[in-house]
Amino acid sequence: MFHLALKMLMGDRAKYIMLVGGLTFAALLMTQQNAVFQGLLSWTTSHLRNMRASIWVVEAHVDYANETKPLRDTDVNRVRSVKGVDFAVPMYQGILKAKDSDGADKQIMLIGLHGATLFGRPPQMLAGSLQQLRLPNTVVIDELGVQRLTAKSKRTIRIGDTFEINDREARIVGICRTERHFFGYPYVFSSYDQALQYAPRQRKMLSVILAEPKPGAAISDVALAIQRETGLKAYTSEEFAKVTVEYIWKNTGIPMSFMTTIILGFIVGVAVSGQTFFSFVLENLRHLGALKAMGASTWTLSRMLLLQAFTVGTIGYGMGVGLAALFGFAVLPVGQPPFLLEAGSMIKTAVAIVIMCCFSALLGIRKVARLEPAIVFRG
Amino acid sequence: MSSSSSIPTDSTTSKTAVRVRDVTKTFGTGDGRTVALKGVDFETREGELHLVVGPSGCGKTTLLSVVAGTLDWDAGEIDVLGTRLNGMKKGAVTAFRGRHIGFIFQQFNLIPTLTCVENVSVPLLLNGVHRRQAESTAAELLQRVGLGDKGRKHPTELSGGQQQRVAIARALSHEPRLIICDEPTSALDRDTGHHIMDLLSTAARAPGRCVIIVTHDPRTYGYADRITEMEDGRVRQVLDGDALRHYVAQHA
Repeated sequence: MFHLALKMLMGDRAKYIMLVGGLTFAALLMTQQNAVFQGLLSWTTSHLRNMRASIWVVEAHVDYANETKPLRDTDVNRVRSVKGVDFAVPMYQGILKAKDSDGADKQIMLIGLHGATLFGRPPQMLAGSLQQLRLPNTVVIDELGVQRLTAKSKRTIRIGDTFEINDREARIVGICRTERHFFGYPYVFSSYDQALQYAPRQRKMLSVILAEPKPGAAISDVALAIQRETGLKAYTSEEFAKVTVEYIWKNTGIPMSFMTTIILGFIVGVAVSGQTFFSFVLENLRHLGALKAMGASTWTLSRMLLLQAFTVGTIGYGMGVGLAALFGFAVLPVGQPPFLLEAGSMIKTAVAIVIMCCFSALLGIRKVARLEPAIVFRG
Repeated sequence: MSSSSSIPTDSTTSKTAVRVRDVTKTFGTGDGRTVALKGVDFETREGELHLVVGPSGCGKTTLLSVVAGTLDWDAGEIDVLGTRLNGMKKGAVTAFRGRHIGFIFQQFNLIPTLTCVENVSVPLLLNGVHRRQAESTAAELLQRVGLGDKGRKHPTELSGGQQQRVAIARALSHEPRLIICDEPTSALDRDTGHHIMDLLSTAARAPGRCVIIVTHDPRTYGYADRITEMEDGRVRQVLDGDALRHYVAQHA
């Protein structure tokens, strides 16, 4: 009987297309919005992945990775003196104004790396030499920086070109690849000392201390020891990522905004699939009554309805997730909007679609269970 | 002519296929309460083509529904093909219907998205016959009702008479012993109606089988072996033999 159930479903083209379309739209909306949200969340912690330090020591009131509250220069030595610390280096981070060769202002995320070690260096150099950061007025910029700092009227900037940071010359000595920062500014790397010259003068200039534990020492134990002995906040990279994501959840409207869209997608899916499937059942009620009269049990008819609901659900899910993946393929090379499609997101969409299918099928099953087969004898 | 509610004594040796004793059925409650069957007695024998006639609202279709087990009744006894329907669970009644009863409906009730072969194969599939075997049997039956070349067509591509012939093939596909028809000719023209009645008459002659037809159509009376006339929820008269011939001549 089940092949006939599928033929009954697909034979009603308009309803079939409506059902598949509604579920595709719902699956697409839920998956795509979830992927963009996950992508955006991953941007909030990209800073940590770009620097790749085991321990991040920050001012005691810093709540998340993209917040800067300066430390005293002497704090670096206090951290170095903690037992279990292999080494600790200062790092500057700040949002500064740069000027391209047309004179247009652009915001950049300036990172000042410890000159001797260049610890926290960008994950991948595409061109040039990181070592040249030790020369005066030199910077390494990321690919986004190449895009943003290229003047509209000129050719694409490259190694050897210059621009200005806070009215001081910055000469490009390398191009690197980074994960995009949450704030959307390009990364510009310089030495720590150079960064202090670019940045506006403040009483305290040190943003973060990056530290590594001695071989064999547990990272979390060392972080706790730093915290205990210095009164500063010391996070392992994983902890810092976790508190950063928590901060975004608690203190911004971003999750609520995405959740609203995802919930709307779910509601639209439930409404469209439920309503369309129920009207499909109502239109076929006479035929279902005839089948019941001819000996089809409620259980057989229920399984037929479940098969029909889950068939459109599977097709809609496949098409929706497929379209979301295509969206990802289209936007990932551009880098905007953020997109991170994980198995978890797809499983959540699948669960939502299963709920929609069950709801739709149950509406029909309820009707069929109450259906008197004698309905077929009423003209 | 037999008197109201009486069952004629049959001198032949054919077995009783359907026996209904003092059946009552009420719809609704309070002011909307309607008594559709008021202590109805009804009997059909194997090999018979039995018509149930009467004005609209007299209880013909309700009687057909309770005999088919598609509608519960309030009181009385119903035996169909030697099985007492009283007290049977719904699932068992459904299974019984699926095995032993074929249906032909006024509006055909063919599923428009299925081909004729698939429509005819439905009762076989419900009885657990393999799809390939069911479709092969269905194609043979369509051949028998003169629609051998229409198997792959959809019902909407056929005329009313052709659709009813598909419905007859469907009703016969699982070789039921009882065929129940609700106004099978009312939507058809004269010639087609006669063709359909010829097919049903032939079907009724199969060993161990009987056909019960609810109808308003006097053109069908000549095919009957027995006619039960109903009025206001009761059996007014049961006709066979000379009385039946006289009745048919009157309504011709």
